[in-house]
Parts: sequence; C-alpha cells; structure tokens
Amino acid sequence: MSDRTNLPVYAPLGVGRLQGDRTFPAAAKIALADGQLRSNLRSATATIRAKRANVVGEVADWEELRRAGEAIKASTMASLDTLLIELERNVVANGGAVHWARDAAEANRIVTGLVQATGAKQVVKVKSMVTQEIGLNEALAAAGIEAFETDLAELIIQLGHDEPSHILVPAIHRNRAQIREIFLQEMPGVDRSISDEPAVLAGEARRYLRKKFLETKVAISGANFAVADTGTLTVVESEGNGRMCLTLPDTLITVMGIEKLVPTWTDLEVFFQLLPRSSTGERMNPYTSTWTGVTPGDGPQSFHLVLLDNGRTATLADEVGRQALHCIRCSACLNVCPVYERTGGHAYGSTYPGPIGAILSPQLTGLTGDGVNDSLPYASTLCGACFDVCPVRIDIPSILVDLRARHVEAAKAASRIPSGERLAMAGVGWAMAGEKRWQLAQRGAGVLRHSTRRTTIRRLPWPLSRWTASRDLAKPPVQTFRQWWATEHEDPS
Amino acid sequence: MTQLDHNEVTAPRITAALFATCLADTMFPDVAKATVTVLERLGVRVEFPQAQTCCGQMHINSGYQRDALALIEHFVETFEQYEHIVLPSASCAGSIRHQHGMVARRLGKPALAARADAIARRTREFSEFLTDVLKVTDVDAYFPHRVTYHPTCHSLRMLHVGDKPLRLLRAVRGIELIELPAADQCCGFGGTFAVKNADTSTAMLADKMANVLGTKAEICSAADASCLMHIGGGLSRLTSGVRTMHLAEILASTESGETHGVSVRPSRQTSNPGSGNDV
Amino acid sequence: MTISARDEVLARIRSAIVTAVSPDVPRDYRAGAAADVELLVDRLVDYRAIVHRCAPAGIAGAIIEAADAAGIDRLFAPPGLDPAWQPSDRHVSIDDGTLTATDLDGNDVGVITTCSVAICETGTIVLDGGPGQGRRLLTLVPDHHICIVLPEQVVGAVPDAFRRLDPRRPLTWISGPSATSDIELKRVEGVHGPRHLVVIIVEHVPGSNSAP
Repeated sequence: MSDRTNLPVYAPLGVGRLQGDRTFPAAAKIALADGQLRSNLRSATATIRAKRANVVGEVADWEELRRAGEAIKASTMASLDTLLIELERNVVANGGAVHWARDAAEANRIVTGLVQATGAKQVVKVKSMVTQEIGLNEALAAAGIEAFETDLAELIIQLGHDEPSHILVPAIHRNRAQIREIFLQEMPGVDRSISDEPAVLAGEARRYLRKKFLETKVAISGANFAVADTGTLTVVESEGNGRMCLTLPDTLITVMGIEKLVPTWTDLEVFFQLLPRSSTGERMNPYTSTWTGVTPGDGPQSFHLVLLDNGRTATLADEVGRQALHCIRCSACLNVCPVYERTGGHAYGSTYPGPIGAILSPQLTGLTGDGVNDSLPYASTLCGACFDVCPVRIDIPSILVDLRARHVEAAKAASRIPSGERLAMAGVGWAMAGEKRWQLAQRGAGVLRHSTRRTTIRRLPWPLSRWTASRDLAKPPVQTFRQWWATEHEDPS
Repeated sequence: MTQLDHNEVTAPRITAALFATCLADTMFPDVAKATVTVLERLGVRVEFPQAQTCCGQMHINSGYQRDALALIEHFVETFEQYEHIVLPSASCAGSIRHQHGMVARRLGKPALAARADAIARRTREFSEFLTDVLKVTDVDAYFPHRVTYHPTCHSLRMLHVGDKPLRLLRAVRGIELIELPAADQCCGFGGTFAVKNADTSTAMLADKMANVLGTKAEICSAADASCLMHIGGGLSRLTSGVRTMHLAEILASTESGETHGVSVRPSRQTSNPGSGNDV
Repeated sequence: MTISARDEVLARIRSAIVTAVSPDVPRDYRAGAAADVELLVDRLVDYRAIVHRCAPAGIAGAIIEAADAAGIDRLFAPPGLDPAWQPSDRHVSIDDGTLTATDLDGNDVGVITTCSVAICETGTIVLDGGPGQGRRLLTLVPDHHICIVLPEQVVGAVPDAFRRLDPRRPLTWISGPSATSDIELKRVEGVHGPRHLVVIIVEHVPGSNSAP
C-alpha cells in the first residue's frame, strides 16, 4: 500500500473534461479560421485587460499583496494535510458533512448519491469549474437528475450544447445575435418577441431561472476559497445566481479541489483584494457569499462538502509544477495571453484554458509522451505576460519550460526510437558543444545560400515549410561573424 | 579575473567579451559587427572568445535540457574569465540569466549552477550594457530615417530593460521615432513555437505587422535578431518595403556611414536584419 | 483491507509535500485605511447604486423618497431594525421567520436593512444576518434593497472589514446591484439579485438632536 501511495495518481481520462480530442495546434487551426470568434476574443480580452490595468493601478500595495498571496498559497501547500483535517473538523462542528473523493468518478458517485438521498430530480448549479472538470452534469443526467446551470453564460453554454471557452466569461465566443437564437431554440417558455439587446436577454434568463430557484430543493456549487481555521466556504460572483443557490434550496452540496484552501480567515483579506481586480477588473465583484456549515433558520439546513483530488496530489508532488495549484481562477493570464487571444479556450480541450490551463491540465492528467495534453506546454511563446499579471505570482513560463523537459524525458522513456526532432536537437546540441564542430556546421548552413537566386529563402522542406508557409527566411551571409572577426581583429601571426 | 586597464591619466578602459549568439554569428553577422562598432566607438576593448557557440536557449525552451547542459557547460567555460559579457540579444541574455542555473540545478549539477549564476550577474544585453555599465545614452549615432521599435517580450518581461533602448534611440541624430501600437505584444516567434504552432504564430505575426505598417516606418527595430528574423520574414513575404534592423545597427550608423562594413542606407528591398553585406 | 478515500488522499498529500517548504508570509501590505465617506459615495455611485445622505432624523423620509421613486408597494424589514427609521405612514412587514421566497418575489417588493460594515475603497456593504439585517433570502429575492449605513459601520479598506466580521455568521458582501457582463461584455444591471440598490448614508451628527 505504501508503494502505491508514493506514485503520483493522475486524473483518469474518459470522465470529465481535462483533455480534448485533438492536439493544440490542430484545435487552434480550427479556431483561427473562425473570424467571428477571433473578433469577439480580440475585443473582449482588450476590454478586460484595460479594466484590470486601471483598477490594479490604483492599488499602491499591489506587489505586497501579490507576494503575500503567493506565500499564503505556498505555505498552504506545505501543510495541506493538516489544514484539510482542520477544515473538515470545523465544517463538521458547524453542522456540515465532509466527503473525500480520489478522482472524478468517485466525486460524481458521491454527489449523485447525495442528490438521490433527497429524492430530488432537479438541481440548480452555481458556475463551477471543478464540476465541469469532473463531468458532473453528465453523471447526474445518467442517474436521471437534471442539472440547471444558473450563471447567465453557463446557461447560454448549456442551452447551446456548447463548451465554455473562458474561465470568467464562458460564452465569450458567442455574440448577442447567436445568444438570442439559442434562447429562441432552446429555452422553454421563451418570449418569442425578444430582441438581442443584452439587457433583454438577461431579463429573459432572469424570468426563466427565477422559477427554477423557487422550486428546486438541491443546489450544487464550487468554492473560490475555504478557510481551514473556521470552516468557512466562499463563492465570489456577479449575478446573484450564486446567492440564490446558496440561500434558497434545502440542501447545498459544494465540490471543491483540495487546493482551494487558505489557513486563516484573515488570509482571505489578501485574496478578496487580489481576485476581483484581476478577474473582472472591478474593485469588488457585486456579490460574495461566505458561510460556515449550517445556520439555523437561514439558508440550506443540510450542507455537504466534497473534497476532490483528481490529479492534484500528483501536481503537488512536483517541486516546480506545484505552483499551478496556487491558482485562484481569476483568468487574468488568459486575457493577456497572445496565444489565447487568437485561439480562444476551446483549443485547449480542457475545462482550464489559457496559460494556466497549459500548465494545469497536463499535470492533472499526466504527461505520457504521446497524449493530447502533451501539446499544451508548447502552446506558448514564453512571452511572460501571464506571470506579470498573475495575482499570486505563478511563474507560468518557467513551469511551461519544465513541463516541456518532462515531456521530452517521458517521450524518451516511452520510445527507444528517437523522433526526428529529438535527433535534430541532439545533433545540433552535439555540434554546438564544440567550437570546431560548430564551425563545420556553420559552413553547412552556408550551403543554403545556393538554394535560391533570390535574396531570401521562400520555400524549405518539412518541417521548416511551416515557417516558410507565411514567412521568408534570410539567406545565410557570405561570411559568418567569426570569419569576419578573424580577418579584422585577430593578429595574423 | 579583472581585465580593467587602470591608468592614472585616462579613465579605465573596460574590456568586454562579446557573445555574438549563434544566430547573429551564423545568419546576421552585421548585428554582431554593429555591436563591436558601437562598443569600440565608446572606448570598450572588445574580445571575441573564439570557443563560443550557443547559449542553449532553443534546447531549453524545447524541452531538451540534457542536450542544453553541455552547451551551458561550454558557455560557462568560455566566458567565466571575463568581467563583462555583452550580447546583442535580450532572449539569450534572459536564458543565461534565468535559465542556466535553473537547468544545471534541475539536472543535479549544483557546482555548475553556482558558476552559471556568477556569470549571469556579469552578463548584460547590449542596451543594458550601454546604459547601466557605460552610463551613456547618446552614442553619437546618426540615422535620418523613420523608425519604429518593437521592445520584444524578453527585453520587457525577463530583463526588465524598460525604456533603455528607446532612450538610446531618442539620442540618435536625425531619427524619426514612431511609437508602435500594442508594442508589448509578442510577435509570435517563440523559437520552435513558430514551427510547432505555425498557424497561431502566423496570426500573431499578422497583427504585429499590421501595427508596424500602420506607423509608416521605413525600419522596424528591436534588440533581438531572432524576433527580427520573424517580423522581417513576414514583412519580406508581404513585399512591404519595410526592413528590419537591430538596435545595434542603428546605433552604429554615423554621418560618414563608416561602420564595420555595414550598409546603413535602408534599401527598398526588404530583408532581414543585417542584410547589408548581402546586397 | 480497503483504505478510505480520506486516508488515501491524505497519504498522497503527505508523500507529495515531503519536499515542500513553508515560506514566511510577508504582511507588509496595508493593514487598513481611514474611513472616507466621500470615497464610499463615489464608489457606490460608480456601481450605479442610488445614494441618499441624511441625518439620523431624516432616515424615514429618505426611505419614503426612495420607495416612491422606485414604485415600491410592499416593504419588508428584518427584526431588529430600529423602529424610529421606519416610515410611520407606510406599512413595513417584519420578517417573523416564516416568509418564503415566493412571498418576497415581485418587482414592487423592497426590503429595508442596515449593514454590518461598509468599505469605502471598494464601495462594499457587508451583511452578517444580525439584528436589522436578517435572513439572507430577505435581501436577495426582492427587487429593491434599501440599506442604511451608519457612521460607525464605515471602514476604509478590505482588511479593516475582516477585523470586524465574524466568519461563523453567514456573510453577504454587496458591491452595487446584481450585474452581468456575460453578453459581449456589456454590463447589464440586475440579473438575479435585487436590481436596484439604494444606500442611505447617515451622516455623523455631533450631539444628538440636530435634525435638519
């Protein structure tokens, strides 16, 4: 048994949504061809970037808050076992129940069982990434339980039989005309005369969902934070659908990744400042709810907390990569990422898109050397914009570089037959490790001069054809710098 | 060892080892020549350690850390004896400063990591060396052309050079410097990213080129030959007439046009950095 | 022997964190700020809340003004709300613990409460379910929320609020009316929570009987 627990246990594939069905470059190619998507993404990311920069700029101690946030999360990870036990004790002491799930399938079984025990056939849901990660709605549906998403964007996604494409604004890839169309096609009892004005569409969603809130007895939420020393849970939101779900039903089931913990109540003062400004670019989001267990006479009288691993302990075991667990899901890294801005979230294939997804998804599922998620760490130019905006200073570029190394090492271990890239890298590396060999290689490159009479090279064989498809390549010069230096600067004797 | 030449009468002369970078050495020698021109004009004694090859950045960023380790070791041995190391590339400087020690440590070579860290502290990108070590912003250059400057990701976010390159450019006589919109956005190069994610890279490049062309500049400049190879390759494909020049090439230009064999006159013919002696 | 999920996850964590070090947390961020009512008003208005300012004796009048302007026909309040604030010529139903969400649902329904803390820098009002604040559904289902903020409830910054609040109580942090930006990032006020937030800021009056 002890041997087993020492090996990292990754999230199982085939349940939930942590890996897509095609590699990032293949999925990106499809997204890049969608002009509507690209123009929506461009204006959306630019708008949120500007809002964020504005409200972050007015906080004089922003860097101090970032460093505090980083350290609180790192110290949380260092004693995660004892803090989770403390959280459990405090939740139970305040009338809640705590359940533990090794993976997505187990979490789904637990939640389904809890809903079935109430006899409910319907649940309302607060926007929650972790329940998307584990595929909870599908699991509930298989048990004959209908789950209603209540966040406006999630409702649009659910009605449109679609997938979210952004952490914060999941329906960012849809415009108002498309949303109106989805409502007309899919929303029961819709007013068929509605226009595509955002206020009108939001009003129609309010009307539709209010009925659900008033009649549904079970709610399912995620959590933005949990506080170990008090047992307090937190949901941060804008629309009030979260408050509805956390207040009106008789039973509340909260599913939470084990990393979403902070040690003390006052630690939250740091994150309540970092999160809204980084996320929506607001000084504070419209609504935040905190609750501790059950409050007699106020809100759900039955509360269950499900603590989920699903690959998180495997991530935690990596000294470099464990920082990814510090993420507070603000999505600032998405909005500044030049890759995300062009491809959108679907290209990442996982619940977690953008730069954070590129380091989180492959760590949760594991790098196998040939898996789809193996392509994610390469979906970055390492431009560094994500680190600069991260409210908890996750060094995403360094983790990407580390994951690439882990991937190459995994591929090497998996196959004794080296890939063309591996041979080329080894060959170039060997040549560059000695000056004589390198000079010979430089002469070899010079041969390219004679490949064309033009001043630039316009066509190269695969894989460099992927460069010359859209870009010329300069021809190597007549003389390398080192040859010139030898004639100009070196003493001929 | 210190190579400072202490002299009672004149200011001590600084000796700097030039790391040309494998890309400039092999493909864009004019960038390295221009670096030498500027440094020598400012009284620096430039040495070119012949054993130098590559910093290993491409290997590190592509996941081939074990192959990079030999390059890091070679770099350390080649440059360890120098007080000042200067190079015309922000991304290679970033790799030397932020990655060499990290890779050596990861692969269980703490002694090599310590040596690499010590070299990292003495390694400066070209514009940093001019402004921080030599304390100059006016290098007596003359360049009567319309120029826009792409600050490059690793200049901005790894090295934090801020406006140092722009301060150097503003001091150039005759230059017309046009601000590049969305300057801090990546051009889409990213080393092997440009090939592995060619479609996304091309989309990023298209936006960068649109911003460059919008400035109506004759020249797009940067502190990195690799980004310029990418932007220049795209501009060339568009036959846009805009050419790319490394920051050092602009700073090397003077009224007399005398530099180390560099043609400073921008030609109508579009080409990549340092194409002067290619024409 | 089967190991429980709890024990297995905890065992995985323990083996994963063997190499983890716990850093000291730097606490050199601002511990708080001076209360600044003008800033609070600015922030509330920025969220498009309706702000009234009055002396203590003017509270009832401000409530009537707000209710009339908004077309509120039915007014509710939690137990413990100061009777002196309640307008004498309007009926205000006090929650006896049996009100349901259906009772409170309607575009003509308003609720009057006070708060636990108001944060100037962020324009945030925090309710803790205490006297004059009531059960959470009371300030959630009605379309109008009228909140009375007393001078002693006003604090400068977020950390100030944390020192005053009791995490064992259910807390609701409100910064402007319910809003969404989910459609083309266009801000729409009022989705599920009250679509209208009226904040009555009670001015500090030196001495007690200087009514306007």
